[in-house]
Amino acid sequence: MLKRVHFPSSLLPYLLVAPQIIITLVFFLWPASQAMYQSFLIEDAFGLGTEFVWFENFEQLLTDSHYLASFQRTAVFSLLVAALSMGTALILAGFAQRVVRGAMFYRTLLIWPYAVAPVLAGALWVFMFNPTLGIFPYFLEMVGITWNHYLSGNQAMALVIMAAAWKQVAYNFLFYLAAMQSIPNSVIEAAAIDGAGPARRFWTIIFPLISPTTFFLLVINMVYAFFETFGIIHAVTQGGPGTSTTILVYKVFNDGFVGLDLGGSAAQSVVLMVLVIAMTVVQFRFVERKVEY
Amino acid sequence: MVENRPFATFLTHLVLVLGVIAIALPVWITFVAATHDPLRMGQAPLPMWPGDHFLTNMKQTLFGSGLSGTEGAPVWLMLLNSLAMALMISTGKIIISLLSAFAIVYFKFPFRMTFFWMIFITLMLPVEVRILPTFEVVADLGMLNSYWGLSVPLIASATATFMFRQVFLTVPDEMLESARIDGAGPLRFFFDILLPLSRTNIAALFVILFIYGWNQYLWPLLITTDTSMTTIVMSIKQMLEAAEQSPQWNIIMATALLAMIPPVFVVIAMQKLFVQGLTETDK
Repeated sequence: MLKRVHFPSSLLPYLLVAPQIIITLVFFLWPASQAMYQSFLIEDAFGLGTEFVWFENFEQLLTDSHYLASFQRTAVFSLLVAALSMGTALILAGFAQRVVRGAMFYRTLLIWPYAVAPVLAGALWVFMFNPTLGIFPYFLEMVGITWNHYLSGNQAMALVIMAAAWKQVAYNFLFYLAAMQSIPNSVIEAAAIDGAGPARRFWTIIFPLISPTTFFLLVINMVYAFFETFGIIHAVTQGGPGTSTTILVYKVFNDGFVGLDLGGSAAQSVVLMVLVIAMTVVQFRFVERKVEY
Repeated sequence: MVENRPFATFLTHLVLVLGVIAIALPVWITFVAATHDPLRMGQAPLPMWPGDHFLTNMKQTLFGSGLSGTEGAPVWLMLLNSLAMALMISTGKIIISLLSAFAIVYFKFPFRMTFFWMIFITLMLPVEVRILPTFEVVADLGMLNSYWGLSVPLIASATATFMFRQVFLTVPDEMLESARIDGAGPLRFFFDILLPLSRTNIAALFVILFIYGWNQYLWPLLITTDTSMTTIVMSIKQMLEAAEQSPQWNIIMATALLAMIPPVFVVIAMQKLFVQGLTETDK
């Protein structure tokens, strides 16, 4: 943590950490404590007075069927995003690591969607699936499926999941490819000599060996789907139709800025904070026990 | 590859090419949409092959009024806003993280660990979970609708601080010992030895943070009400809303293309640094 050889204490180190600490205090810790404080308050209908109500906001939240439904929806959404993007990335990386020459070429062509902003990813997909003009609804019509994500909640959900997963494939691919390339060749060759074909080698050797990466990516993808997909939802569905794509992050924003329910929104923020803390702890515990090949 | 199986090799390339096509499809369709005139973009089925209006559309998007019927800022101004925001966020994060990592690794002073944990906590407080109160703070400080408001609240960085801490810890102690024998003070040591040693790490981090800054959405959406402060990424959503009345998909998709070109270019042109930055910061 600290260097064995170091400088003596003086004013200088305080000056050095000052910018970071001031920003942390003003824009992170103070607002977070405000969110916690506000979660104990209820403002009256005219915004004139507030009342300290202890845990009433939380009680309301936990008995609110809309909130619980949103919680469940978020879980389904993030699991499907993680499964779809990790599955696609695993298949592509599994094939890419077999390519002797040109693996880096394919990598270049697969990693760039990482740089596309979530809201842009949403715009691209909503355009492709535009019910009147889009290309996919046109083809789907031919096989007898009517696509309209403005009307069908399930179709809206499918659309935001695809858009969110599309953007995340790049990231997962990169980590899977790196993990597979770090497996010693001798292990794979030994299995080949024993007569294991490519598919068998993948499932019995490569896949178990990269399981730490799978776990790491699962956490990262869950965090991504929970918090960074706001732009996609906002651009594609605005949480609708009805509330069928209102995930937790979108609900905090909507209740706070549109519905102006300050106490309720703050209580939701606190619940989200607990979730982030839990995920961060899981992520860090994993890093400590990182498996070496 | 371990053994020679022509069919397996063929299958490998087939799957990869299909993967590349599937990943690129949304952007291809966007590009095609940006090359047709508004009339063609209003009739289904939409084209799959580029037309000849690319330059006209780009010109209209960049320097014209953009989407007719909306009173937005011109697109070139939005691009400048995005660039300013991305550069301020990435350089700001790098500078304050370098400084605080230096203090934490190379100085022994009271409250050192307190500061370290305060920085660590920011990792657990993404904008999304403290939207309203942070907005209030920025409003009270009078930073709405300004570049400072867009960037400063986002530049505290635990990941960058940790990364530089990691880098500094690998610098041999003998470096500092010999620098001190030669009479170098802390700042001299920082500028003449630590900074040059962490040059590639800084570059790698810059690539990641530039993309992060450019792609900010929720935060700019909250604190800018003045159209002259709109960033390009934000504008897409406004255009999508306007599209419900007057669908000028050629202009909307040209704007989307312009919004994604800078960060995508950075990833492809600096792929090595990008990969390094991504794997280093997420550990």
